[in-house]
Amino acid sequence: MARRYPMLLLAALLLAAPGFAAAAAPAVPLQSANADVGNQASLQRGARLYMNYCLGCHSLQYVRYNTLAEGLGLTDEQVAESLRFTGDRPHDQIKIAMPRADAAGWFGLAPPDLSLTARSRGTDWIYTFLQSFYADPASRTTGANNKVLEGTAMPHVLWELQGVQEAVYRQEIGADGVSRPVFDRLELVTPGQLTPVEYDQAARDITAFLSWAGEPMQLERQRLGIKVLLFLLILLIFSYLFYKELWKEVK
Amino acid sequence: MSAAKKTESAVGQEGGGLYDWFRKRFPWDQMMEEHVTGYYAPKNFNWYYVFGSLALFALIIQIVTGIWLTMSYKPSAEEAFSSVEYIMRDVEWGWLLRYMHSTGASMFFIVVYVHMFRALLYGSYQKPRELIWIFGMLIYLAMSAEAFFGYLLPWGQMSYWGAQVIVSLFGAIPVIGDPLVEWIRGDYFISDVTLNRFFALHVIAIPLVLLGLVVAHILALHEVGSNNPDGVEIKKYKGPDGKPLDGVPFHPFHTAKDVPAWVVFSMVFAAIVFFAPEMGGFFLEHANFEPADPLKTPDHIAPVWYFTPFYAVLRAVPDKLGGVLAMGAAMFVLFLLPWLDRSPVRSIRYKGPLFKIALTLFVISFVMLGWLGLQPATTTYTILARVFTVIYFAFFLLMPIYSKIDKTKTPPDRITYHG
Repeated sequence: MARRYPMLLLAALLLAAPGFAAAAAPAVPLQSANADVGNQASLQRGARLYMNYCLGCHSLQYVRYNTLAEGLGLTDEQVAESLRFTGDRPHDQIKIAMPRADAAGWFGLAPPDLSLTARSRGTDWIYTFLQSFYADPASRTTGANNKVLEGTAMPHVLWELQGVQEAVYRQEIGADGVSRPVFDRLELVTPGQLTPVEYDQAARDITAFLSWAGEPMQLERQRLGIKVLLFLLILLIFSYLFYKELWKEVK
Repeated sequence: MSAAKKTESAVGQEGGGLYDWFRKRFPWDQMMEEHVTGYYAPKNFNWYYVFGSLALFALIIQIVTGIWLTMSYKPSAEEAFSSVEYIMRDVEWGWLLRYMHSTGASMFFIVVYVHMFRALLYGSYQKPRELIWIFGMLIYLAMSAEAFFGYLLPWGQMSYWGAQVIVSLFGAIPVIGDPLVEWIRGDYFISDVTLNRFFALHVIAIPLVLLGLVVAHILALHEVGSNNPDGVEIKKYKGPDGKPLDGVPFHPFHTAKDVPAWVVFSMVFAAIVFFAPEMGGFFLEHANFEPADPLKTPDHIAPVWYFTPFYAVLRAVPDKLGGVLAMGAAMFVLFLLPWLDRSPVRSIRYKGPLFKIALTLFVISFVMLGWLGLQPATTTYTILARVFTVIYFAFFLLMPIYSKIDKTKTPPDRITYHG
């Protein structure tokens, strides 16, 4: 199987690549996350939500607790008090207690580590994913499904906050003249603890936090970039003037 | 030291005892004279001519950042992906080294593509510079191998599946194909064994070859002398001192011109490293932030942008072996360029309309093939890829004809200045 796979893959690429792409596209257009990594209050709220609702299953193994403290503008003590629920030490990585093998047994696959999801999927994807859970009786394990990732094994852990959404379909006549249901929108049928506006902000906070976790040095990177470019600009002026001076007599 | 000895030594280099001691045992002065301060290059170089030294700059960046990355990288399937993230997050300045290395790879290719385009514009591959071109093409091949081996090292999904697709291409070769693929991988699939050997090739074998070729490229250049935008030989007219009238010493004149170019290059480089290190997924592909999973094929596999023109040629041919051969031919045909061009003049300034049209079509087809190589192979795109593949090959294979019948202008005897 493994040996023949590349051949099959190549054949698939040559013949059916568009099918590939279509299969993976989310059923709903991605919404703009508008997450602000520079907003520390948003990051702190996002971290708190993450630690309370996500960390049960999703590790953040490339982030350390002390990196978290630094990035969120907190002290190690504050992190220990409100974000670190395990017996971990400050320099430990943010891991989970659930063994991967057990998780795979319970959910069908082990919940992925989310350290780099903002980089592999993008922030808009995360935000829309958090917005697109809906009640689906067909889902026997969790009772929930997601329009961004159909058939996801993940339960809607934020349902208490958001409430319950249902998918609304409309009838549409296709090119062949047959009428079939087409997904129209998600509708909130049971309100949660948060208003829709508050929930949008909560999803945005989690997204911002994951964006930070994907690249904790991103703000430092940009700050340094300005200095480097300014230095190079000055160097350019002087090196160009020197070149002009030296070449004056050439010709 | 005796007075006679003193007059023997070159001006400004008598100096201290240690330097004198060294100089008598190593031909430092002679080397500098031959290749730097006494190497005369044409005065009429335009800005296209900085891309040679920019390529050297890019190579230095790759080697230096590569050395430091190697200090923290772990070449094992188990640890590779994590070790890259460790470099990005926990190693002091590790993120900068890594972004410089990943950006450097793409920038190196951009610089080399412009450098090669310059050679096409001014006929720098024509007699007597055929060997410079051949060495240059070998550098390009070695660079491609270097980039390919290096791309597996982060052990992300694209690393893994990209390598899987490219290595499996060798399977198209009749009879020895399958055993050959197995031999390259060292396993039945891309595995820890493959990663280890790719690491060895990436950090030592290919860089050694690359450095040797760069030396050969420069030695060959300095033997025959640099071409220029007019395509005239500056050695034809020499002053009473035996130096070309239309040339200036490489140092300090051309080095002084190269420095601002290096700075501009650094600014573009820095803008990418500090503000857009992923370059919208072109320099660092999004799917590569997921660890390699041999059981999960990514939705869309495309090589990094610098390989996509050749990848598009590969896909344009419906037959697998045919595709592989076409891709190989697309690269190999470049080697023949010095013998395909029958034009009596070098520079595009004096070539006729046929060559100008051909070169324009070639550049368009190369860019379009590059773009198509990134897209899924739909019917329309495949047809387009075939059209541009035909144009790509026509540029080379018809060159002996159109370059010969083209209406050329008479080049000047001496260099000219534009702007």
